[in-house]
Amino acid sequence: MTVTWATHEADYFDRSTAYLPGATVLDHEIAPREGWSGVVRAGHVLTLVDVGGNQSGDCLIYDAADHEVRYSAQATLVAQRHAYLVDGSVLLSNEGDPLMTIVGNEVDRQDTIGGACSKESNTLRYGHHTLFHHACRENFLLEGAKHGLGPRDLVSNINWFMNVPVEADGTLGIVDGMSAPGKRVALRAERDVLVVLSNCPQVNNPCNDFNPTPLRVIVTDPAVEA
Amino acid sequence: MTDDRGAGRRSSTATLDQARDDARGRADTAVEAMPYLPPSASPYAPAGVDPSTLVWAETVAGPGYSHMTVARGTRIRLEDVAGDACAHVVVLSALNPGERLNVADTQKIPWQAYLGAGHPLLSGDGRVLATVVADAAGGHHDAFCGVTTLAGNIERYGAGAAHTATAAGRELLVLAAAKEGLTPRDLPPSVSFFKGVRVAADGALEWTGDGGAGASVDLVAEMPLTVLVANAAHPLDPAEGYRTGPLRVHAWAAAASSPSDPWWTATPERTRAYLNTDQHLLARGIR
Ligand SMILES: [Zn+2]
Repeated sequence: MTVTWATHEADYFDRSTAYLPGATVLDHEIAPREGWSGVVRAGHVLTLVDVGGNQSGDCLIYDAADHEVRYSAQATLVAQRHAYLVDGSVLLSNEGDPLMTIVGNEVDRQDTIGGACSKESNTLRYGHHTLFHHACRENFLLEGAKHGLGPRDLVSNINWFMNVPVEADGTLGIVDGMSAPGKRVALRAERDVLVVLSNCPQVNNPCNDFNPTPLRVIVTDPAVEA
Repeated sequence: MTDDRGAGRRSSTATLDQARDDARGRADTAVEAMPYLPPSASPYAPAGVDPSTLVWAETVAGPGYSHMTVARGTRIRLEDVAGDACAHVVVLSALNPGERLNVADTQKIPWQAYLGAGHPLLSGDGRVLATVVADAAGGHHDAFCGVTTLAGNIERYGAGAAHTATAAGRELLVLAAAKEGLTPRDLPPSVSFFKGVRVAADGALEWTGDGGAGASVDLVAEMPLTVLVANAAHPLDPAEGYRTGPLRVHAWAAAASSPSDPWWTATPERTRAYLNTDQHLLARGIR
């Protein structure tokens, strides 16, 4: 059975506003279960709004001019010597170059360990009956294909609004989120970057509170008055 | 065998005869880091392993890199000879290199961030590329940090290019990948053996040191496998200078994991990963 569970509109939704002032370059709502991709110009700020609360936004970032230069979770964590992304975290490439900086963050911490869900890993985590559940890896491949990217370009991603604790014995996993309707994270592009987002369709773990909801993407140019 | 006298002039090479004699006179030189051929002739064949089954025997320089494509069922032992090596490893399916190590799934599927005996190295396709079947390094491994970069090593050590004594792990992996027909696109996050990192309660990444001289890990290839190894200082190694040492590799024909192995049934997620892998190979006629 193909699972299509999602909530597109609800009283508790909060679509919030851009985190920083500036002229609006783009304002797009990513429907539950869908992907989005776009180039964010250097200096522009991307605000991602968790409209329904505890909705994971799986995210990959590439240098817009050279897709071989892409987000590296490992380089990012090494540079900050810390396992979670927080306000001020600099998102580094595989060559150690800054791609984006977190300039605003309204949840305790953001995840870059947990990776993206996939049809294939669903079979491992939840059983073979979940093979036909839509997944972030599908969205990454479909959005990536618009830019010439394929499976070879998928690397460890960021999961905005997802909560992945690591316990002392190394036990790690996805637990209930710390976000809420209207919570935001804001990213300043340090160069022209291609951002690929998957509004996570997962309904077999708490990363979306078992109920996919929309994400709002607002790109602003702080150098130009709104 | 003679000692290595290093690069440089040894004799007159003004004529072709002299140059040929000079070139040939350089062979049969034994150094610490070199391959052993045939592998069965390795002076360091692991105890208990029939040397005639060896398919790869080499001491990888530090810094240095190696790469090999091996058959399903190949058992690969990495040894940190002096306690100063760090083996940064990327594995890819030799059947389809688009299927490669996925560090996030390698940590998430077993619900375990730290590598140790029985830990599967998973692809992003729900299958096991290789299994860590033995750990004689006390769990001093790391899947969080990956390799150093050229820019980072220039900043820390003054140089990071592959030809320098402080080579960045990424530069070495780029070369290892190229030799296997792969490009920088084919370098996902990697795992590191022999140098340990833990996540503290507050999220800080903490160095836990090494497994000592002679520490080793054994991997078993669960499918035809391309192995890329960079032997380079770990990015969080607190040593003042660039820390590296020889890394020994021995691989021999053994068996892929089977339901009788404890790690096959260690968790339900792993069982399904092995089942996916076996079916993938079954369909291709690979046993
Ligand atoms: Zn997902």
